[in-house]
Amino acid sequence: MTTKHKAIALISGGLDSLLAVRVMQEQGIEVEGINFYTGFCVEGHTHAIRNHDKDKQKRNNALWAAEQLGIKLHIVDVIEEYKDVLLNPKHGYGANMNPCLDCKIFMVGKAVQWIQENRKDGFDFIITGEVIGQRPMSQRKQTMPIVAKESGAEDILVRPLCAKNLPATKPELEGWIDREKMYDFSGRTRKPQMALAAKYGFTDYASPAGGCCFLTDKNYSDKLVDLWDARGTREYEMDDIMLLKVGRHIRPKPEFKLIIARDAGESKYLEGYRKQFVTIQVVSHNGPLTMVDGDIKPEDFELAAGVVARYGQGRDAEQVEVHIFVPGEDIKIMNIKPLSVDQVNEDWHV
Amino acid sequence: MSEHELDARRMLCPMPVIKTQNKVKELAVGDILNVICTDPGVLSDIPAWARINGHKILGHHDNGDEITVTVQVGG
Ligand code: SF4
Repeated sequence: MTTKHKAIALISGGLDSLLAVRVMQEQGIEVEGINFYTGFCVEGHTHAIRNHDKDKQKRNNALWAAEQLGIKLHIVDVIEEYKDVLLNPKHGYGANMNPCLDCKIFMVGKAVQWIQENRKDGFDFIITGEVIGQRPMSQRKQTMPIVAKESGAEDILVRPLCAKNLPATKPELEGWIDREKMYDFSGRTRKPQMALAAKYGFTDYASPAGGCCFLTDKNYSDKLVDLWDARGTREYEMDDIMLLKVGRHIRPKPEFKLIIARDAGESKYLEGYRKQFVTIQVVSHNGPLTMVDGDIKPEDFELAAGVVARYGQGRDAEQVEVHIFVPGEDIKIMNIKPLSVDQVNEDWHV
Repeated sequence: MSEHELDARRMLCPMPVIKTQNKVKELAVGDILNVICTDPGVLSDIPAWARINGHKILGHHDNGDEITVTVQVGG
C-alpha cells in the first residue's frame, strides 16, 4: 500500500496559492492550508468600515480559497511577531514599506514551525504558490533558494507552479510527487495561471493588484512613515495600523493628526475610539466625526475645528458650531468659521 | 455538552474568526460557542470557516449593534 503524503500550503487567498494546492491534490497529496494574519492583510477591514463597500461581497479570500479546494485552513495571528519583520528586514523593503523577501522567509519559517509543533498530523512538506519572476523583490530566481534556506525549510519547500525551473526537492526525489506534472511558469505574465485556473474550473478568484497586503500600497506606506516620524519611534499597535486604513489624514501641526471620517461607516468605526482619544464633531451641520491622534493643545482646538468644519456640509457657512470631546472633561463648544480650501495647506494632507 | 461565550466585539475580520478557531480548540465535540461580534463581516467569515473545518452554525442573532453567531463544535 502506498502511503499518502501530506503537505501544508501557504494560502494567501490569491490565485497562485489556489493553483499550487490543486496541482498537488491532483497528485494525490493531502493538503491543509495555513494563513498568516499580520494586521496589514488586504482582507475584510476596509470592507467592514466603509459604506460604499457594503454591497461588495464581504468574503475572506483565504477562507474562500480553502473552501474551493476542500481543505482545512488554519489562520494564525502573527501580529506581534511580524513587527520585527517589518521594522528590521534583513533584505530591505520593496517599492514601498513591503519587506516581501523577509516576509516570505518568515511565513515559510512559521510553516516549518507548524509542522514541528503538529507532528502528530504528519506533514511531510510545504507548498507555496511562488512563481519565479512574478514579483520584483521576493520572487526572483536568486531569492528562491534564500527563502528555502533562511526559513529552515530547505528541500521540503515545493513551488508547484515553477518547480521545473528549480532544483529537485525531497518530495520529488523520494517519488512522493512527480516533477513532470508540475509547472515551469516564470515572469510577470498571469496568462499561464489564468489558463490553469480555467482548466480547473476556478472563476471569481481574487486578484489583488499590488500584492497581498497594504504595505505595497504607496498611500498606506506614506501614512505609516508619517506616523513613525511624528512619534519619533517606529513602535506600533494594532489600533495604529487599523486607523491608517480609515479616513482622510490631515496633519496641521507635527504633534497631532486629524483622522476625518469619509462616510457614516467610518464615523461609526471612529466612535469606538471616543473614550481614548480627543474627537471633534460639527453639530450645527452634518459633518464627519474626527479623531485626533497625537498631542493636541487647547490653543490648537480652533485650528483643528476649522479644518474639520471644512469637510462638513457647513463648509461655506459663516459660522458653525463644533464640539470637542476630551475624554474625562466637559464638552468644549466652539463657534468658528470653517477654513477655506486654500487655508487647508496642501502639505498637511498625509 | 456545555455552552460558552466569546467576546469578539470591536474586532475586525479575520480576528473574530481567529479567536473563534482558537477557542474551539479548547472545547469538546458538541459544545456550543456564542461569539459576540460587531463586524458584520463575521456573517460570511465564521460560517465559511465552520464549513471548511467541520463545525456547524446553529444560527445568528443581530440586534442592530451586535451580532451573535452560534457555533457547534464538530468532530
Ligand atoms: S505583499 Fe505583504 S504579505 Fe505579501 S509578501 Fe509582501 S510584505 Fe508579505
